[in-house]
Amino acid sequence: MHMTDLLYARAQMGLSLGFHIVFAAAGVALPVLMVLSDWKARRTGDADYVKLSQKLAKGTAILFAVGAVSGTMLSFELGLLWPEFMGRYGEVIGLPFSLEGVAFFTEAIFLGIYLYGRERVSPNLHLFSGVMVALSGAASAFFVTLVNVFMNDPSGFVATAEGPTNIEPLVAMFSPGWPYQTAHVLLSCYQASAFAMAGIHAFVLLRHPGAAFHRKALSVALPLACVTALLQPLVGDVSAKHVAKAQPVKLAAMEGHFETARGAPLRLGGVEVPKALSILAFGDPDAEVKGLNEFPRDTWPPVAKVHVAFQVMVGTGSLMALLALVTLVYRWRKKAWPSGRKMMRAWLVSGPLGWVALEAGWLVTEWGRQPWIVRGVMRTAEAVTPVPHLAAPFWTFTAVYLFLGAVVVSLLLSQVAGTLPGREEKHVEGGEAHAH
Amino acid sequence: MPTDILLGFLLAGTFVLYALFGGADFGGGVWDLLAFGPRKAEQRALIARAMGPVWEVNHVWLIVGLVLLFAGFPRAFAALSVALHVPLTLLLLGIVFRGAAFTFRTYDTRGDAAQRRWGLVFSAASVVAPLLLGMCVGAVVSGSIRVEGRVVVSGFFASWLSPFAWAVGVLALSLFAFLAAVYLTHESSTPGLREDFRARALGAGVAVFVAAALVLVLAREGAPRVWDGLSRSPFALALHAATGVSAVTAFALLWTRRFAWARLAAALQAGLIVLGWAASQYPYLVVPDITLRAAAASPGTLKLLLIAIGAGALIVIPSVVLLFRVFRPRPQGMSAPHLPG
Repeated sequence: MHMTDLLYARAQMGLSLGFHIVFAAAGVALPVLMVLSDWKARRTGDADYVKLSQKLAKGTAILFAVGAVSGTMLSFELGLLWPEFMGRYGEVIGLPFSLEGVAFFTEAIFLGIYLYGRERVSPNLHLFSGVMVALSGAASAFFVTLVNVFMNDPSGFVATAEGPTNIEPLVAMFSPGWPYQTAHVLLSCYQASAFAMAGIHAFVLLRHPGAAFHRKALSVALPLACVTALLQPLVGDVSAKHVAKAQPVKLAAMEGHFETARGAPLRLGGVEVPKALSILAFGDPDAEVKGLNEFPRDTWPPVAKVHVAFQVMVGTGSLMALLALVTLVYRWRKKAWPSGRKMMRAWLVSGPLGWVALEAGWLVTEWGRQPWIVRGVMRTAEAVTPVPHLAAPFWTFTAVYLFLGAVVVSLLLSQVAGTLPGREEKHVEGGEAHAH
Repeated sequence: MPTDILLGFLLAGTFVLYALFGGADFGGGVWDLLAFGPRKAEQRALIARAMGPVWEVNHVWLIVGLVLLFAGFPRAFAALSVALHVPLTLLLLGIVFRGAAFTFRTYDTRGDAAQRRWGLVFSAASVVAPLLLGMCVGAVVSGSIRVEGRVVVSGFFASWLSPFAWAVGVLALSLFAFLAAVYLTHESSTPGLREDFRARALGAGVAVFVAAALVLVLAREGAPRVWDGLSRSPFALALHAATGVSAVTAFALLWTRRFAWARLAAALQAGLIVLGWAASQYPYLVVPDITLRAAAASPGTLKLLLIAIGAGALIVIPSVVLLFRVFRPRPQGMSAPHLPG
């Protein structure tokens, strides 16, 4: 196997996933925000909420389409880049993939009804369709995360030289640790999207204080942002405790922990907190935490990358939790969501943090699993395709992703621009007027 | 029935559905590219309106087929991914640009020039993707993908660049264009548009006939096993005879302007062509080295997969029916539906 081809394959897969999860995560969360606004619009009869739900529906449509095509790409790439993995383990993990397919199906169906059926179906069926989109998006993320759980901590088969035997797909589908990782991932989708939405509207409010539409939009985004930001560290902690037990090498890499020790300290950006790692990993200040030196050198993940990614995730997660806490205290004392410039600036700056944390967390999981594609059973190098010249598809798809990303950002910006005070009238009606 | 055959049937079923829905969708893109005449703009508007609500759903069939293939027949999936790496990658590019351009066109508010550019990307990708899809099918059927043990030994180009594979590609493209034109006759809101698409459907129907004849002629050399299957197995012969009958029927119904029935006959024809393909290569998944049985996952896995698909179908089928009922063509005189404003 040509070493650089393996690197290109990994880079292409990483790039595809890194691109896709942004859209997938937004596709999970945006329908929830859309339905919430729709529901508020129906309860209050407020035209701003109607407009908000329509804007969110357009955003959902754009992001879902790109999420769907990049997801289609991924399901092909599983075979195109890792045929040995799919050839041997496809049957072990096919069940969650099939169920994900079902969820994707219902998502596409009800999104079609929601987007294009506003004037064709009853208001109740319309809202129901929105709820179905939100539910199937969550189900989809749930099932596909189960596949990743399996790759990190495989179960449900007996490994032999010829491949897996005695396969139990249900056991493989719910490999140990599944509740923690799925909860962690789902929360991150809602958190990242809610923070991004809050950031966008905080940005407008800084330039146009008192713009009613954007105040209302913020009041839809903030509750979801605050709740998820406060829950996430708790779920993350349980998740880390599971990693400590099931994947001690990954934990050691996350913490940059080389020597096995009892009462191990936690290193955060140069500061050492005594015994904190033992507490974090095992809930016991004197617990033994295995160091990297305990494991053969060729089973180490790329320590520096995993360590940095983990620090970024924890750091951004903590900042978001802190901001959520301050916001909720404000809400509780003043009986209103904050609107001052300082707080708006804080929310603006925090807008991208959810995405940073989500990508960093994903990198921790994926880099942390290396050099395995199925941990302890199949190395990534054994799984890669024999097709040569993988640089060509890598650079092609890199260009495609850059292009698609730029277009999506500009389309979403034009959607937001249409809501700026004084710009509403100039905004061209989207949709059919231009669909020729 | 053994679980592997049952799943094989389901796999063929998803390909039929993908050909019917995804195929008509690709065909819509072809007619978008080839729009001409005094009602050029109306033709494009009709295509966009007919596809808008359902295009995402039309393409999910591909994912379902893909998942069934790798979960149910992992060895075949691995071999095909290696042997067809290049055309599948190109197909992927086509699918990505097509889907993205269709959505971007709907939501790009920068004016007509931008819309036209997206329209061009969309329709060019709609031509390339079916061609590549057909070429992959041609490669699988022709027996030129060779696998020893788990290793593909026939290289990455020869199998799908043969004249036979090209002919299958052209057949797929003209079949999809035919399907789309027939569907669109029924979706048209004015007699003028209906006549436009009737003429296109008749033309594409002739193209399908020519391409099918070409595939048949080339099959003797290019796909000997299919040729044998065609000329020997009575079951396959009956299937092909039925295809011929439905093709003639679809043509006659189009000619006499019975569009709703023509649509049914055309769908039947396309479905039978795909089933005929599946039947002619049975029992092979990748001719001639991987059979359905040899590639199949363990029976326990297959059983669970079937249960999952059954449960999924209970949710998906009523939902798809609902979708198509909501967006079925309206009787004449009613105003066209509006996209969300």
